[in-house]
Amino acid sequence: MIAPTEDAGRAVADGAATGTGAFTPAPYRVVERRVETDGVVSVALVPDSGEPVAWRPGQFNMLTVFGVGEVAISMSGVPGEGRLWHTVRDVGAVSHALCGTGVGDVVGVRGAYGTAWGVEELDGVDVVVVAGGIGLAPLRGAISLLARRPSGRGRLCVALGARSPDQVIFAEDLEIWRELGAEVELTVDAAAPGWTGSVGLVTAVLPQLSFDAGRAVALVCGPEIMMRIVARALVDRGVAADAIRVSLERNMQCGVGLCGHCQLGPLLICRDGPVRAYGEIAHLLGERER
Amino acid sequence: MPRVAAVDPVRVGDSVTIGVSGLDGLVRELAARGYKTVGPTVRDGAVVPGPVSSVAQLPRGVHDEQAPGSYRLRHEGDDELFGWAVGPASYKGVLFPAEETLWRARRDGQDAGVDEVRDARRPLAIVGARPCELAALEVLDRVLLGGPVVDDRYAARREGAFVLVAECGKPAATCFCTSMGTGPAAAASASVSPSESRFDLAIAEIVDDEPGASDERPDAGAQVSRDVRVGPGHRFVVTVGSERGASLLEHVAHVEASAADRAARAGVLARAAAQMGRSLDTDGLAPLLARNIDSPRWQDVAQRCLSCGNCTMVCPTCFCTDVDDVTDLTGAVERRRHWASCFDLAHSFMHGGPVRSSAASRYRQWATHKLSTWHDQFGTSGCVGCGRCIAWCPVGIDITEEAAAIRASDVEAAGAGQTRGER
Amino acid sequence: MIEELAELVGHHPLFDGLPADVAALVAGCARNAAFGPGELVLAEGGVADAFYLLRRGRVTLEVHAPGRGPLVIETLGPGSVLGMSWLFPPYRWSFDARTLEPVGAISVDAACLRDKAEADPAFGYELMKRLGAVLLGRLEATRIRLLDLYGHDRPD
Repeated sequence: MIAPTEDAGRAVADGAATGTGAFTPAPYRVVERRVETDGVVSVALVPDSGEPVAWRPGQFNMLTVFGVGEVAISMSGVPGEGRLWHTVRDVGAVSHALCGTGVGDVVGVRGAYGTAWGVEELDGVDVVVVAGGIGLAPLRGAISLLARRPSGRGRLCVALGARSPDQVIFAEDLEIWRELGAEVELTVDAAAPGWTGSVGLVTAVLPQLSFDAGRAVALVCGPEIMMRIVARALVDRGVAADAIRVSLERNMQCGVGLCGHCQLGPLLICRDGPVRAYGEIAHLLGERER
Repeated sequence: MPRVAAVDPVRVGDSVTIGVSGLDGLVRELAARGYKTVGPTVRDGAVVPGPVSSVAQLPRGVHDEQAPGSYRLRHEGDDELFGWAVGPASYKGVLFPAEETLWRARRDGQDAGVDEVRDARRPLAIVGARPCELAALEVLDRVLLGGPVVDDRYAARREGAFVLVAECGKPAATCFCTSMGTGPAAAASASVSPSESRFDLAIAEIVDDEPGASDERPDAGAQVSRDVRVGPGHRFVVTVGSERGASLLEHVAHVEASAADRAARAGVLARAAAQMGRSLDTDGLAPLLARNIDSPRWQDVAQRCLSCGNCTMVCPTCFCTDVDDVTDLTGAVERRRHWASCFDLAHSFMHGGPVRSSAASRYRQWATHKLSTWHDQFGTSGCVGCGRCIAWCPVGIDITEEAAAIRASDVEAAGAGQTRGER
Repeated sequence: MIEELAELVGHHPLFDGLPADVAALVAGCARNAAFGPGELVLAEGGVADAFYLLRRGRVTLEVHAPGRGPLVIETLGPGSVLGMSWLFPPYRWSFDARTLEPVGAISVDAACLRDKAEADPAFGYELMKRLGAVLLGRLEATRIRLLDLYGHDRPD
């Protein structure tokens, strides 16, 4: 009647960290835990057996805290470092439990899922990265790889927005990226006296970045409102809408396009996203309750 | 003297005639071959899938009356076995259960072992699915098996499942399979899945007073059950869809379908098509709905919609699921998956709240998913025209009526020439 | 000197694409200005008699709160316009403005430019359109910041 055997084999090859069914998490172990800011924790995971899943910046894993539930979290590390970093904001039951894990605890992992930023296509291209809040986490791997491109292979400009200076994640990375030649502009919504960085919306620092708008690719991640505003500002600056890549977010439950929750019009965000060209999806972001 | 099985082997594509006892023999032979046989049964006043080991369990003399918000069975005492349209539960629930456990894990100090939970791999035989239900399974095949990651549980149940289709002779007032190209004949839904054969056997039930070829057949040594009365003229014209369907037929008495039998089948199907209670104009419908996301009609339907989710529960293609992690005091955890509905506020929940908080946006999501974005996501319509969502809606909302209303108010209707017919 | 200033004026985003003769009109009211780090450029309540087209370095808009020190409202960088209160009576600064680092700017005499705008309504309208766009952008950005987006941002 049908030929599901072939398909099932494909699922095992592509989808599952476990080598078993697509819905079964593989046990990983927390090997390092870092408090990034108040309410934001990074955990590094290694599998109990075998190699960690291969992944590309922009993709996500489904993380299970056994007995609590499962949640989609982007990888915040750099590919090839042998451990999977995830940076989690404590906003719900599962993320709260994840933030509370300690070294040695077991976390279930399924992945890697979703589309990536496509960093490998960006050799020789000016790249402008715009991140808001914890939206920097899914971009950290991409920025790290782009910052290490040989010189002359395109400028790297990074604009970061945060609520306040103490809410900036990966603060030490910003310095490393600057030393590697990236232009990095950080701006916060509010700061206590003594802050010598910028205060303002992230779009306000875009004019200070020296990318060649007509030939640049933009990678944007943050709250959806922020992404819409940033994308419009980049288009005004001359960046092509199709050259702006945004990371979309909807309720993800299965991560593999089978549960129906993360629909945004024609898209299943876990399968067709999270990274999409703004030019393709701008109309969807404009539709209320879609 | 009619030909019998022993004389001339049945081939794929053949059309043969069997009696009621022949159908009974098919069901029994499937069970004998190790299949778990499931077919239409009457339970709680509805025709629903249930275990079927002989023709005696089929809904003999049962007919349904369906209308928006209404479903009733009538028991007429006649011999017809498939004289009804569709009941609330499709075969989706057989292959894709409403609730199942995905895995169990044990926490032992800092260790957790995860064990997948699988059901026994007994092959399934579906006996008497409607053509629209077969089409629905093929839609689910696309959704659950056609993407980069497959639902291996569905795959395991679907793989090797034997499908005997009962072509439709008695569509309900809520039916519109002809509009969706999924019935009433089994072959009508060929558009959905390009698999080598879509069904193993398809039967068309013929009940008339003319003596059929089958009632005078010899028994031919087949294991034909004798506990079922064969009425004069009550017979089935069988279309053979697969080798194993053909081999199954060898076990029951059958004759090549006569020209009269073929004509009778054609008549049954033509009458069914003519009796179709509803219709849906699918011409350019997907782009039409896509450009009418802001239609005031969504607000209108929201005045009636209770957001109960019945339509999603009875729909044979709705596939949304939630998972819950359930723990017990011993530290054991299991993850259970169950059907979910896009009418549930939690369906679109993000950390800030539901994306689709209004009833209008939730009905729009459901209807546009079925008829429009399903094409984008899976390359087919999500609607097979079974009409369940109309009959089982407590307030009788009719998807064909809503789609027609939006078509009538389409702002681009005049200039829609380029986009119509895209899908 | 005026030619050089006119060129600088024409290169500033506020006057981007302005015809040379109109840029010269503005330059007639302008002069170069430079500030060291930490200098108070504008003082709350002070007379708004000039505004600045920032070319290099950043300036903070601040408001002073007793016991809390200066609270930064917004940071303005190169390409920004510093000072809007000169447009409307009573021509008094609403906030302090302090340099964060060495700043290079073009200082424009407010009364001079207002007079030219009054005398030449077409120029005045062009000026108001450009300043209006800057104000709208600041208003939008401020409104978005009011939403405290990053307070409730990315997934669980």
